[in-house]
Amino acid sequence: MNPSVIDTAVFAELQEAAGAEFVAELVGTFLDEAPGMLAELRGARAAGDGERFRRAAHSLKSNSHTFGAQALGAQARELELRGLAADAAQDAAALDALEAAYAQVAAALEELRHG
Amino acid sequence: MANAPARLLVADDNKVNRLLLQRSLQLQGHQVALAENGRVALEMLAREPFDVLLLDIAMPEMDGFQVLEHLAKDLRLRDLPVIVTSAVEGMDSVVRCIECGAEDYLTKPVNPVLLKARIGASLEKKRLRDQQKELVRRFATREVAEDLDASGFALGGHRVDATVMFSDIRGFTAMSELLPPEETIELLNTYYTLMFDAITGQGGVVNQMIGDGLMAIFGAPLPLPDACSSAVRAAQEMLEMVELFNREPDRAGKPAIRIGIGIASGSVIAGYTGTDQRATYTCVGDTVNLAARLEAHTKVADRALLIDGATRAALGDACVAQALGPVTFKGKTDAVEVFAVGA
Repeated sequence: MNPSVIDTAVFAELQEAAGAEFVAELVGTFLDEAPGMLAELRGARAAGDGERFRRAAHSLKSNSHTFGAQALGAQARELELRGLAADAAQDAAALDALEAAYAQVAAALEELRHG
Repeated sequence: MANAPARLLVADDNKVNRLLLQRSLQLQGHQVALAENGRVALEMLAREPFDVLLLDIAMPEMDGFQVLEHLAKDLRLRDLPVIVTSAVEGMDSVVRCIECGAEDYLTKPVNPVLLKARIGASLEKKRLRDQQKELVRRFATREVAEDLDASGFALGGHRVDATVMFSDIRGFTAMSELLPPEETIELLNTYYTLMFDAITGQGGVVNQMIGDGLMAIFGAPLPLPDACSSAVRAAQEMLEMVELFNREPDRAGKPAIRIGIGIASGSVIAGYTGTDQRATYTCVGDTVNLAARLEAHTKVADRALLIDGATRAALGDACVAQALGPVTFKGKTDAVEVFAVGA
């Protein structure tokens, strides 16, 4: 696993506070929910709905930080604070990067929850 | 007990956040219910009691700010402690939440230790507020407590049209000298319970109890559409209840209780009098004096229920009242018409 994807100290702290078994379930919930948030970002971009775009980015940021996915969280945060870009192509590129980062996080979290 | 189990409501549109908060709070021994947006949270708050609300800001359908605004307008929920848990950045939203009435603000991801401390502080505040409300309720009436709650406490009054009632037990002092003290108190308690039921049942407010006497107001602090009729109905019910009480088997061989009631209607000055430390909701003015005089006059007239001309006029033909003619009361320059209701 790429150590820069998940801050293992944050993840361990979460397990300590909430219990490893519960965190394994919570990761499962996140992996179920996150694709919806990414789709929501794409949908909001297509619809030109800045409010929806910010809210979806906000949700993804919040959850990323919960699991210690700091890099993914930072990317989502940038989209939340910026909102829709004037140039749709710029958002499309940012969303491609976000989805790639998420794929790495998802793989890392899968590994962590079974580990 | 600093952290007794409490009923908490978590409102958050994000499932991971919801479940994690629920888990943290359950580990701290609390009962937790979940709402996925502000609208659902308000519905749940209307249905069942909660001790603390943990509220997210960014939510679809109804966001946290809107929930705070609704709560501030709701008398019953205004004092519910709200802890905002949000990942919204910037001091602006924190300030706005606190201004909207939130108790506290925690940024996500929520630190469990901080969460525990904040929940503890909020529960303690809730406990103190509930205690205070309970005290107000016990020593004031529900209407006065709600009026206090709604408009805050301020000495001073305003002029309102109301109907005032005075009632007391005939010969109570002589009776109480023959009874053991415990029995006297028990008798008073039973009497007050019956009278309160009759008065509050008709929308009146008992605002003073002195020994065996009481004063009640109809039409203040909350307006009552038909204050005169309500007061007279309450009085008739009081007389019936006293009759029933006298006929109870365990009252056999004991002296019958008789009460006298005086009712007057008109302009009164209603408000809080006293000091900032100790004040009472009351009504003063000519109407109040007249009701007290009428009550005293029931002994002279040997009638149970006397009312003034204004009350009589408001009742119309529906009520059978006997005109007893004008009476000049002590301290009054003009004679007033007095009417007797019932036997």
